[in-house]
Amino acid sequence: MGVEIEVSDLNAWYGTNHTLQSISLRIPANHATALIGPSGCGKSTFVRCLNRMHETNPIGRVTGTVRVGQVDIYAQSSPVEIRRRIGMVFQRPNPFPTMSIYDNVASGLRLNGYRNRKVLDEVVERSLQQAALWEEVKNDLKKKSGASLSGGQQQRLCIARALAVDPEVMLMDEPASALDPVSTAKIEDLIFQLKSQYTIVIVTHNMQQAARVAENTGFFLNGKLVEFDATHKIFTNPTDKRTEDYITGRFG
Amino acid sequence: MASNIVMPPLRARASNRLWRVFANHLATTAAVGSTILVMVPLIAIFGYLIYKGASSLNLAFFTQIPKPVGEAGGGMANSILGSGILLAIASLMGVPIGIAGGIYVAEFGRNKRLANMVRFTADVLNGVPSIVMGIAVYTLIVVPQKHFSALAGGVALGIMMIPTITRTTEEMLLMVPLNVREAALGLGVPNWRSVLSITLRTASPGVITGCMLAFARVAGETAPLLFTAFGNQFWSSSVNEPIAALPLQIFVYAISPYDEWHRLAWGGALVLIVLIVVSVALVRYVAGRGVLKGAS
Repeated sequence: MGVEIEVSDLNAWYGTNHTLQSISLRIPANHATALIGPSGCGKSTFVRCLNRMHETNPIGRVTGTVRVGQVDIYAQSSPVEIRRRIGMVFQRPNPFPTMSIYDNVASGLRLNGYRNRKVLDEVVERSLQQAALWEEVKNDLKKKSGASLSGGQQQRLCIARALAVDPEVMLMDEPASALDPVSTAKIEDLIFQLKSQYTIVIVTHNMQQAARVAENTGFFLNGKLVEFDATHKIFTNPTDKRTEDYITGRFG
Repeated sequence: MASNIVMPPLRARASNRLWRVFANHLATTAAVGSTILVMVPLIAIFGYLIYKGASSLNLAFFTQIPKPVGEAGGGMANSILGSGILLAIASLMGVPIGIAGGIYVAEFGRNKRLANMVRFTADVLNGVPSIVMGIAVYTLIVVPQKHFSALAGGVALGIMMIPTITRTTEEMLLMVPLNVREAALGLGVPNWRSVLSITLRTASPGVITGCMLAFARVAGETAPLLFTAFGNQFWSSSVNEPIAALPLQIFVYAISPYDEWHRLAWGGALVLIVLIVVSVALVRYVAGRGVLKGAS
């Protein structure tokens, strides 16, 4: 089951560049939350702070607290531990090119030491079903490389790979921006299915996408969280003038 | 407005077209010509070796040890075995150290002084003349042990393999895209595990090529063996005794005044090249068997 995420006074830097400035918000469990804003506004950095990926960058630095469920992930957890509980899907599909479809999905468990073949078989099938990819690949699970699939299939494979380790939260950093409309629709359907079981945070450039999949939406601008509210409120009756300008296309 | 911009006419003039066709053929000819130039030395050497050496190859060549001067026949069986043992020692030493060094430089030592030193040392080591490597190992192993040995020869060759393997491993690892590394880290895989199971595995075709390059290079080395493995006219498979090696035996036979030995030297050279080609091809075949459909 998903858990709530509570962020307070989060700051992030790339070198001397203050990318996120004092962000505080509460992301509810088992809902989809969309983050929108122009390029470079810090929304990707924000999700990368939620699973401590930001600090893998040698010049990245973070302050503030992020609570995932009961755990303060910066004070009480290791990066490896927290990333097992929080799955991430990236902008460009990134299956492991030398691995088969099966091995890609099983990789998260295998690389953490699980070896039981029966359990792995079950997890791979369940994850691919959840990611709506099972029917398309079930005949060449071990024959084909993950890289041989189409872009949309690769992205669903990456979602299956993230689901296989049974996370509580799914972070999606523009998961459909490199995909065609049909594949995008499939990913959106998927998010709709998944949000009953996982807390989903999705970064998107596509405002219709935010409106379609998310209950709550946050608007980022220049490293600050301008407004965070129910999606329908953000899109119909925003409080802040800058949010209104952005969603009506006056800038960005 | 776009309608105000006047585009220049795209119509190609006749002279222009002729020039493009000509330039196209020129570039193709240059590329094909260069390819032939690259292949000519290899084919010429191989052809000449077959011409000179094939006649001295018979069963005895692969089963007997050298005969004393004046007696006809004899073979290089002990040298073939010796080269095999020397290369096995060299690979056991050079491949793991070389790959581990490359992993350190590429993955753990970014912007660290030690990594820069390793890189610099590897480049210098690559440029050290092979005879110097022989003398160095002579001082380090042969002198304290007070005898020549297969071990010393293998170590000399192994040291020569390290820099090539380290540098190619580093370059191949750096070519693995960041998003593949992030995928592994995002799954909660510890960094060391991600480096070994994902990054190194993704880079493995290139890393294997680097190892094979280093292997093929030292397989034909003579100079570092002169003061270390020394050579041996008899059967020996002990790592603690002087051992025969194909390049050494070829050297000894080639500078001798006897026609019979010259013939054997040609045969040995042919066998050496064929063995290198076969072992490289074999490793490539074995390594390539696991590759999946559509893997990049």
